[in-house]
Amino acid sequence: MDSSYITPFIKSVQNVFETMLQLKVDIGEPALKRSGDPSYDVSGIIGMSGDLEGSIVLSFPIATAERVVSLFVGTDMAHSHADFPDAVGELVNMVSGGAKAQFAGKHVSITCPSVVIGNDHAIHGAKDVICIHLPCTSDCGQFAVEVSIKQSCLKPAAPGSAAVGAKNA
Amino acid sequence: MKILLVDDSKTMRNIQKGILGQLGYSDVQEACDGLDAMSKVGAFQPDLLLVDWNMPNMDGLTFVKQFRAKGFKSPIIMVTTEAEKARVVEAIKAGVNNYVVKPFTPDGLSERIKETLARAAA
Repeated sequence: MDSSYITPFIKSVQNVFETMLQLKVDIGEPALKRSGDPSYDVSGIIGMSGDLEGSIVLSFPIATAERVVSLFVGTDMAHSHADFPDAVGELVNMVSGGAKAQFAGKHVSITCPSVVIGNDHAIHGAKDVICIHLPCTSDCGQFAVEVSIKQSCLKPAAPGSAAVGAKNA
Repeated sequence: MKILLVDDSKTMRNIQKGILGQLGYSDVQEACDGLDAMSKVGAFQPDLLLVDWNMPNMDGLTFVKQFRAKGFKSPIIMVTTEAEKARVVEAIKAGVNNYVVKPFTPDGLSERIKETLARAAA
């Protein structure tokens, strides 16, 4: 994967968390993630299509997700709350949208977010796209951004064509 | 002052409603997408609308075009993650009066709201 595809997500996750949550995020060493390797317990997923296609995942351990969402909504919110997935979805939406805006000269669309909650669930993206795991550290705990995108071989790609599969293990 | 919030995220609508409350605006209705908003504008007659772009069923840009085509003149602030210059221009051409990129600070959104209402009153 082109490393220029990763930097926008680093900048965006730091900007979203700093602006909306006043939470500083440090990014660790990016690593390759194998398809099917477990993510954390709560994952927000967005599909990307157009000149770039694939998926973006924002994944948290339960306790971290609850702290982050509580900061975001301004009140304590457990993962069992009906509005919890909506808040996680909006966070991944802002991270993906902020990164998308940095892909100068590329026409990219993002889907509405999906959220998976469950211990050690695995997210299976497109088989021909490698996944880069960006470890993130904050005062709310560790979490990760997982970026699986590639240059589209179809021009122009149909909006919403990104394939994202998720399952509870 | 009647304000309509159009966003598929309840979290985002709640955040915006809180900011509007701090500015003294409490007559606020919510819509979860463009279709829902179209069904509410006739009866509610909002004086200001805050509209997201990416939503299911009917996106914000389509809503703005239909809203303007029906002759509504109320100012619209697009509040969205769509930050590319071409998208902003597209929104303005469709009839959007002001533009806020997510993520935003409460102060940033407040300033845009005040600015938009001041321009509309001028």
